[in-house]
Amino acid sequence: MTSVLYDVPGPKARRVSLIGSVVGTVLILGLLAWIVMTLAQQGIFEGRRWAIFTRGDVWTLLANGLGATLSAAALAAVIAFPLGLMFCLLRISLVAWIRIPARVVLEFLRGMPVVLMMLFVLLVFGTSSFVAVVTGLVLYNTAIFAEIIRAGIQSLPKGQREAGLTIGLTSFQSRMLIELPQAVRRMMPSLVAQLVVLLKDTSLGYIVAYGELLRAVQVMADFLGNAFLFPIFFVAAAIYIVINICVSRLAIWIERRGSQKTAGGVAKAPTAVVAPELPEIREPK
Amino acid sequence: MEVIIENLPLYWEGLLRTLFLSVVSGIIALVLGTLLAAARVSPVAALRGFSTVYVEILRNTPLTIAFFFAVVVLPRLGVTFQQFEVAAIIALSAYTAAFIAEAVRSGVNSVPLGQAEAARSIGMNFGQVLNLIILPQALRTVIPPLINILIALVKNSSVAGAFFVLELFGYGRQLANANGDQVMAVLLGVAFFYLLLTIPLGILASTVERKVAIAR
Repeated sequence: MTSVLYDVPGPKARRVSLIGSVVGTVLILGLLAWIVMTLAQQGIFEGRRWAIFTRGDVWTLLANGLGATLSAAALAAVIAFPLGLMFCLLRISLVAWIRIPARVVLEFLRGMPVVLMMLFVLLVFGTSSFVAVVTGLVLYNTAIFAEIIRAGIQSLPKGQREAGLTIGLTSFQSRMLIELPQAVRRMMPSLVAQLVVLLKDTSLGYIVAYGELLRAVQVMADFLGNAFLFPIFFVAAAIYIVINICVSRLAIWIERRGSQKTAGGVAKAPTAVVAPELPEIREPK
Repeated sequence: MEVIIENLPLYWEGLLRTLFLSVVSGIIALVLGTLLAAARVSPVAALRGFSTVYVEILRNTPLTIAFFFAVVVLPRLGVTFQQFEVAAIIALSAYTAAFIAEAVRSGVNSVPLGQAEAARSIGMNFGQVLNLIILPQALRTVIPPLINILIALVKNSSVAGAFFVLELFGYGRQLANANGDQVMAVLLGVAFFYLLLTIPLGILASTVERKVAIAR
């Protein structure tokens, strides 16, 4: 698409583009230089500020924080996925008095800030902050997983269910044996991409005083002094970004690899993961 | 229940502050995101590179980290704000812009090739193709995902409540601390006001989706 928007550049256009690139680069470098200068004036690049990373205990604390982040995310994902499957089945049930309450619950959970649910669990049930973080994440992501899988089921060719019913499966058997496996496989890129959101949301644990990565940064900055805030923050942010980019890449890799095992193939990884995107409904092959 | 009615003015103020944060950040993010998307498809390599790096980094940064940067780290680097709202708006709009850029770009990619080819062949240049032909169609197809991003923005603005901005979540936390015996009612009240914002937006998204769907 992008290449159609403009001609294959001739000599003049190449020159203009080169000048544009140079000017653009200079501007961006200038901005970066300004930031670096400002930081340098604050003494950010003094060796002693970064020397703390030679200390083992700093890394131990960061590792503990990261461990807390990852364990909350992993536990929440493991609980939320089966719950999401269940709610998806309830949501598409043929029985109205099951379908409608399920829908109300899902809409409620989806419309709620995750941090509010964490605070609710923390204060109302008086749990530990770990339980509050995991419960908040489970509640929200159950709703999202359910919606993603529902989108997957709806995007399957109609013939799949019809064939299942024709060979004598009950509606429930058809859902479990024919549709769900395909829907999950088809929506795998979206499901993995949602893991990035889940992982990012663990940092909300900072707000309910759960000792995750960001809280570890705060604790260290309070303990070692503000001089070390920036270096530690920088490293922690880098850890988050690297992990999340790896998981995002995984989603794209799964999408590229595709799947021959479902009638509709694999849906695209969503570009902006904030809410499930309904995939295009493809013509049955 | 009484605690909600007694503190209705606080809830109302919180709701307005949440709306204010969301609307201002939303507008900034829409403009910034569209510019980033345009840069992403532009012929100038440096702009493409910048846009790609920005989107990749911001999309993969937790919002709390962005807030922590704007509210805690920046002031200690000498960048201070008069009000915490400003820091909150910076964090929210910088974060949301990355998602909007991705959504708009996917919209640009969804416009059939023939549209751009036709525009090119009648002699339009890059700016004209983008502004007159591609973006109007692209924006139309991405309105539903954009509304979803804005819903997420409304919910995300709750993080500001933890960083010294008294919006809905901030007041909720305050009220919960002040009324230890009625925490549940207080927080359900907060939940109700959030739903008051997000559910109509959600209904709007699905209505618009049906209205603007282009049959292709």
